[in-house]
Amino acid sequence: MSGRVLVGVKRVIDYAVKIRVKPDNSGVVTDGVKHSMNPFCEIAVEEAVKMKEKKLIKEVVAVSCGPQQAQETIRTALAMGADRGIHVEVTGKDYDMLGPLQVSKIMAALAKKEDAQLIILGKQAIDGDCNQTGQMTAALLDWPQGTFASEVSLEGDTVKVVREIDGGLETIKINTPAVLTADLRLNTPRYATLPNIMKAKKKKIAKVKPADLGLDMTSRLEVLRVDEPPQRLAGVKVETVDDLVAKLKETGRL
Amino acid sequence: RNLQESNRGGSLSPDGQMNRCHVYRMNSIYKSGVLDGVLSAFRSICGEDGVSLGEAVREQHGKDESVHRCCPPDVVLFPRCVEEVSALAKICSRHRLPIIPFGTGTGLEGGVSAVKGGVCFSLRNMDQVLDLHQEDFDVTVEPGVTRKALNAYLRGTGLWFPVDPGADASLCGMAATSASGTNAVRYGTMRENVLNLEVVLADGSVVHTAGMGRRPRKTAAGYNLTNLFVGSEGTLGIITKTTLRLYGIPEATVSAVCSFPSVQAAVDSTVQILQAGVPVARIEFLDDVMMDACNRFSSLSYAVTPTLFLEFHGSEGSLEEQVNTAEDITQSNSGSGFQWAKDAETRERLWKARHDAWYASLALRPGCKAYATDVCVPLSHLPQILVETKEDLIENRLTGPIVGHVGDGNFHCLMVVDPGDPEELHRVHLFVERLARRALAMDGTCTGEHGVGLGKRALLCEEMGPVAVQLMQRLKDAFDPRNLMNPGKILLPREL
Repeated sequence: MSGRVLVGVKRVIDYAVKIRVKPDNSGVVTDGVKHSMNPFCEIAVEEAVKMKEKKLIKEVVAVSCGPQQAQETIRTALAMGADRGIHVEVTGKDYDMLGPLQVSKIMAALAKKEDAQLIILGKQAIDGDCNQTGQMTAALLDWPQGTFASEVSLEGDTVKVVREIDGGLETIKINTPAVLTADLRLNTPRYATLPNIMKAKKKKIAKVKPADLGLDMTSRLEVLRVDEPPQRLAGVKVETVDDLVAKLKETGRL
Repeated sequence: RNLQESNRGGSLSPDGQMNRCHVYRMNSIYKSGVLDGVLSAFRSICGEDGVSLGEAVREQHGKDESVHRCCPPDVVLFPRCVEEVSALAKICSRHRLPIIPFGTGTGLEGGVSAVKGGVCFSLRNMDQVLDLHQEDFDVTVEPGVTRKALNAYLRGTGLWFPVDPGADASLCGMAATSASGTNAVRYGTMRENVLNLEVVLADGSVVHTAGMGRRPRKTAAGYNLTNLFVGSEGTLGIITKTTLRLYGIPEATVSAVCSFPSVQAAVDSTVQILQAGVPVARIEFLDDVMMDACNRFSSLSYAVTPTLFLEFHGSEGSLEEQVNTAEDITQSNSGSGFQWAKDAETRERLWKARHDAWYASLALRPGCKAYATDVCVPLSHLPQILVETKEDLIENRLTGPIVGHVGDGNFHCLMVVDPGDPEELHRVHLFVERLARRALAMDGTCTGEHGVGLGKRALLCEEMGPVAVQLMQRLKDAFDPRNLMNPGKILLPREL
């Protein structure tokens, strides 16, 4: 096996930022807003780097799709321990409408090109919340998938994955090459240290266009409108328990 | 939380605290006529949503994590920017209303108790991380930014702010109380790490203590206004911005634990480790009572004897050297069972006893509350004060496991006390006073980290002496002639 792991990292609005909808309801405000690596992608990178530190794999390649700023996200992955990066340049309208289908096509094409043994992605991005890219990538490659992974162990040509599912935990064993998606409890991502950030500046980031991979980024989806959730209304205070019961009945809750 | 959990309603000295609040409540009711007049002015500045008279909101803003009783303010304001803070302060000043700044309410000395009622300025809506200068290792934050929020913000930069008092406190609040923590032995306290402050004074004027926007790493320019406000506990002004010194995130961390046959051996090891030039990041002392509590609480099997918990930061190479030097020193002081770990999981396990110390202490006597003492003495006196304090605890049948930032000579007795037993409360109260005086007699201080607040004002006088206290009073008068800024804290009321 090549010992090469591809990790997808997405640049999203930082999780601590208060999101605001644009006045024209066409989307959310992104200008001047702090962006960082999607938290689940951080977990994916951490898992790949851990595998390399344990000498289970040989190389971690970080991939991001987007405009020039996507390179910052790749640099963060490099500072965490990834070896090199691939920046797939997607800009303008194509970037606005970039979604799981296009990204999975990109990941599949790169996996073949790079002879990847594993693809590790975050289970979902905190902006789209789609939770589709990993699954679509596996389908396009006809590879097995271990999604919502909370524990991963490489065992020769197979991977044991403990998955977080509704009923609890499910343990599966799949053959490599495979696609894994990282869930919250898989690990605690390391913070990049200054020396590693300095070293990361010297690591290589290759730039490719989707066309170079023979891919069309046209989206089949169109965003019609984005609205904020409805404002929370003030509560109503009542004097007695009887009043409370009456009010609950009134509003059809009882 | 390292040290303290919420302690609503409990009071060390029930008579003292209860009476104080009751008397002051009368004053604020008297003032309520004035209050109605200013409410519309407040609303016009910070909006309808920015002014709260709700009982629950006021109660929330009248207490912190100390044993002091809740003293709610008459109104809570939520300004959104320094201009609003200034305008609101001007109104308070004109109408002689006390002003109490509020960050996260995680203080340990009753600093936010509105003993004379008045107006609480809750600064939580001013929550922006402003200018970050990575290459200069500095950042400016507003009062709503807590230390964990800042470190999360900084996570991609390789920088962090290491002062760690345990709670997820407001950084401006930490500046106001001169907070410290387990890391101080290597990274210092707030005093060493605040470069500049933006402060709104009682009359509404806004001052930048090191000049607006300035952030040189060192300066010799004029009086040190910055450090005057650090530790002023809201009695000189409202801190609305703080510029902080940042550090590089350590490349690697190693944690270690070692048991000792005596307190002296543990402290000797600490002194020698520091003398050897090991830049130890954390060096924490737990006494035998605490180790026993931790064993029971977390089902551990540490030796029930004075123990040191150490943490080292550095590059891979330097860590090996640091750990080896430290291990040699502990061995030469009859230390045993030296264990160390590098990976996060094992480090967590090794330090579990230290992390659970607060809860382990409480678990010794379920149903009781806890209060942390806070004296700090020169290192050479530490063994003596610990030995005498432990004897005092035993003699007076008190539960007080000890945890100490031994590298600083600072330790906390976690006094576990039954809040419903006035006799025990009284014994604890006397013990705490004896402890403070013991520390003062050994060239130390009655408060290494927590501040003076309400409960240590008399001790401050003993510690500083009348000339220094008078000087402090003159400064206070100069900054706040009407005594509107957080009245009742730090300085005792003047004899009239």
